[in-house]
Amino acid sequence: MRRIVPRLPAEPGPMNPYVGGALAGLLLIASVVFVDKYFGASTTFVRAAGLLELLFAPDHVADNAYFKKELPRVDWQWMFVAGVMLGSLVSSMLNRSFRITAVPDSWRARFGDRPRLRAVTAFGGGVLAIIGARLAGGCPSGHGLSGSVQLAVSSFVALVCFFVGGLVMARILYKGK
Amino acid sequence: MDLLWGLVTGALFGVLLQRCRVLRYDKQLGALRLKDMTIVKFMLTTVVVGAVGLHLLAAVGVVSFSIKSFNIGGVVLGGLLFGVGWGLCGYCPGTAAGALGEGRLDGLWALAGMVLGAGLFAELYPLLQRTVLAWGDLGKLTLGEALGTGPWPVILLLAAGAGLLFRFFERRRL
Repeated sequence: MRRIVPRLPAEPGPMNPYVGGALAGLLLIASVVFVDKYFGASTTFVRAAGLLELLFAPDHVADNAYFKKELPRVDWQWMFVAGVMLGSLVSSMLNRSFRITAVPDSWRARFGDRPRLRAVTAFGGGVLAIIGARLAGGCPSGHGLSGSVQLAVSSFVALVCFFVGGLVMARILYKGK
Repeated sequence: MDLLWGLVTGALFGVLLQRCRVLRYDKQLGALRLKDMTIVKFMLTTVVVGAVGLHLLAAVGVVSFSIKSFNIGGVVLGGLLFGVGWGLCGYCPGTAAGALGEGRLDGLWALAGMVLGAGLFAELYPLLQRTVLAWGDLGKLTLGEALGTGPWPVILLLAAGAGLLFRFFERRRL
């Protein structure tokens, strides 16, 4: 019996990462020149958590020292993160690479097609990653891009630590596979 | 106005991340498994172009810097913890949003975890301020200041290092 395979249009090849990276560098420069904003993403999650908590426990949010420092509101960076999602959606729709998927290919090859396992790991990893990013004062956008273009020592140290932690975790998960 | 610019800048960045496949789990873990250096090529090129451009513009007074303080305890422990979470998750805060944008549902789980983690961090903040975040602060130090050379030799070294690394990646087809 012939198997019926759903026919999706072949995905177009990727943009050259050096070209994309250089354009991102020009975009970062333009952002600093025109609006005086450096890229960053991790503070947005603090503001989002604060906004959610405001719905249930406004007094608790008002008393919290961190929410006093990073006010729970929608700011430039919040819209920047929302913009990344929107840009990716539009871009993937336009070049027909948009796919609803629950499990990434390399994850499936190692751990099988188990969406629940993948969801739990992504969720737990997200919890740890953001706590780490806030402790370090930035993520691969804030430290990795914006901090290192300014040659900040803190950002280069953070970037090295990001990779060390990530290399160790990847090694534990994939054990040479 | 700030909000609109944030959305526009983010959207353009999102297009670049999506077209270069930088926001994929496979690419992020590819770099952490030393098998596919796409994200490193992208990031380093951004840094070199951004560093040259911004330092030129700063020299003529068009832009000002906004440097993060080097809090040793926070940066080292937080950085390592971020790395462990990144390895599990396969996305960083920006790319998780982008991954959801191209239909990857695990990106949504990552985003949810990040919102919960940020709430937990806010609760832990007073304790962290007394401990990890109090372990040494070197202030807003740059490499040019630390080495006493000014920015340009550092940028030159960075660009040369990136060039050598790129040649290595291309030869090994990484």
